[in-house]
Amino acid sequence: MKRYSAFAIAKNALSYHQGWERAWAKPQMKKEYDAVIIGAGGHGLATAFYLGKNYGITNVAIIEKGWLGGGNTGRNTTIIRSNYLQDPSAAIYEKARSLYETMSQDLNYNVMFSPRGVMMLAQTEAEIRGYKRTAHANKLQGVKTEYIGPQKVKALCPIIELSGPRYPVLGALWQSRGGTARHDAVAWGYARACSEMGMDIIQQCEVTGVMQSRGKVMGVQTSKGNVKCKKLGIVVAGNSGHLAEMAGFRLPLESVALQALVSEPIKPCMDVVVMANTVHGYMSQSDKGEMVIGGGTDGFNNYTQRGSFHHLEETVRALIETFPMVSRLKMLRHWGGIVDVTGDRSPIISKTPLSGCFINCGWGTGGFKAIPGSGWAMAELMAKDEQTGLGAQFGLNRFQEGRFIDESVAAGVAH
Amino acid sequence: MLNLKCPNCEITADETDLHCDGQAHIERFGTGASDDDLETYLFMRHNPKGVHFERWRHVFGCGKWFNVARCTVTLEVFGTYSAQSLVPPKSLINKIKKKRPEWEGFVK
Repeated sequence: MKRYSAFAIAKNALSYHQGWERAWAKPQMKKEYDAVIIGAGGHGLATAFYLGKNYGITNVAIIEKGWLGGGNTGRNTTIIRSNYLQDPSAAIYEKARSLYETMSQDLNYNVMFSPRGVMMLAQTEAEIRGYKRTAHANKLQGVKTEYIGPQKVKALCPIIELSGPRYPVLGALWQSRGGTARHDAVAWGYARACSEMGMDIIQQCEVTGVMQSRGKVMGVQTSKGNVKCKKLGIVVAGNSGHLAEMAGFRLPLESVALQALVSEPIKPCMDVVVMANTVHGYMSQSDKGEMVIGGGTDGFNNYTQRGSFHHLEETVRALIETFPMVSRLKMLRHWGGIVDVTGDRSPIISKTPLSGCFINCGWGTGGFKAIPGSGWAMAELMAKDEQTGLGAQFGLNRFQEGRFIDESVAAGVAH
Repeated sequence: MLNLKCPNCEITADETDLHCDGQAHIERFGTGASDDDLETYLFMRHNPKGVHFERWRHVFGCGKWFNVARCTVTLEVFGTYSAQSLVPPKSLINKIKKKRPEWEGFVK
């Protein structure tokens, strides 16, 4: 693999940029691998990357039914923060955030991580108390975050309207090291690094069944033939329930559509990320100048990758109150992604009833920010075959044991 | 937008008049139940990619509960029926089977 650098750009300019090699290979699927990962989204690719980097396991295939990074990795609003309430979540999200800081260097691929700061607005008395509690918890966990008053909110984000009338801005939880990153680049950067380590990324290949014998995983059936493996990682977000059914177990998950929309590009007007959880809306400005807006989830199970129109209306209506300038913006596109939501709004990184089969799912509405941490923990789980390290608390057994990692109150809707 | 006919008041209502409360026909367990049964009752869900039976309430209408058979991929509604049924009505199951021959049938 040729390294990307300013020098490489200058050198390739001499040959009219015709000499760039493919970023990742397009291999034929082999008959057998040490590990197969289903799902070439951010989490799946990160899992493969850290299997290779941290544990030296490189005989790996990553199987993807569509194209890599084409699911929720390409459909989210790219917010990165780590100020969660519970210790296990703060640990894994903070690990992810810190890995984002050096990701461009680590992968030699510009993921455009922009630590511009993330602000979560407190618009009710209950939210003020909740966010102050989170700020205290984060202090104990070593996550840098602070509770700020309305004047600081206005100073950081001048286009905001503080006075309401329905939901005045009373304060905010502010994480200055949070921010955004280029979502596609995260998938592409990991894919390039995995391909370089000799892993096979098989796209346009749908898994149709899980082969097992005596309670142990033997491999998977795919639309491109059968492939054997010693270890299987299922990292498919919204389709987890579907894959788990093939592997013969059930999950405490429900899949719903989460929507987002983007406006026409405008001049720079907002250099922070603002989340307003009470009114179900969050907004940031992309490098192209578009206002990226995240909305709510549909209230019923679905797999449609679009959402109900009335949710869009609710989101925009709420945002107009907080950001009056939005009312003059034309919206360019809207889309939906299928998110898998657990009962306690925390992810599952776990062994399964099927030996050798592992699952990473349940990231719900907040998976993008966790990609590197999730891959790190999942790789550890798959390599060591034990529930340990960063993912230790995220096992499936927590539901039976009543040992929840309850982020549903702390995170509100936006996650 | 989903339009569902409430079998209680016979009104066809928009999704905004209704509230979905997830999977229907969940078997309930209480004190003395095994850990597995309690976990299944409280947390495990079918979450199928296809035919789904679920509970809805006509909140901005008659206020009563009813059940819906719906496809989670196409949002096609196969039918609605009374919440006072332990299993979906036979006629509805036959109707779905006719439309979706590959469907494995109702699983509790």
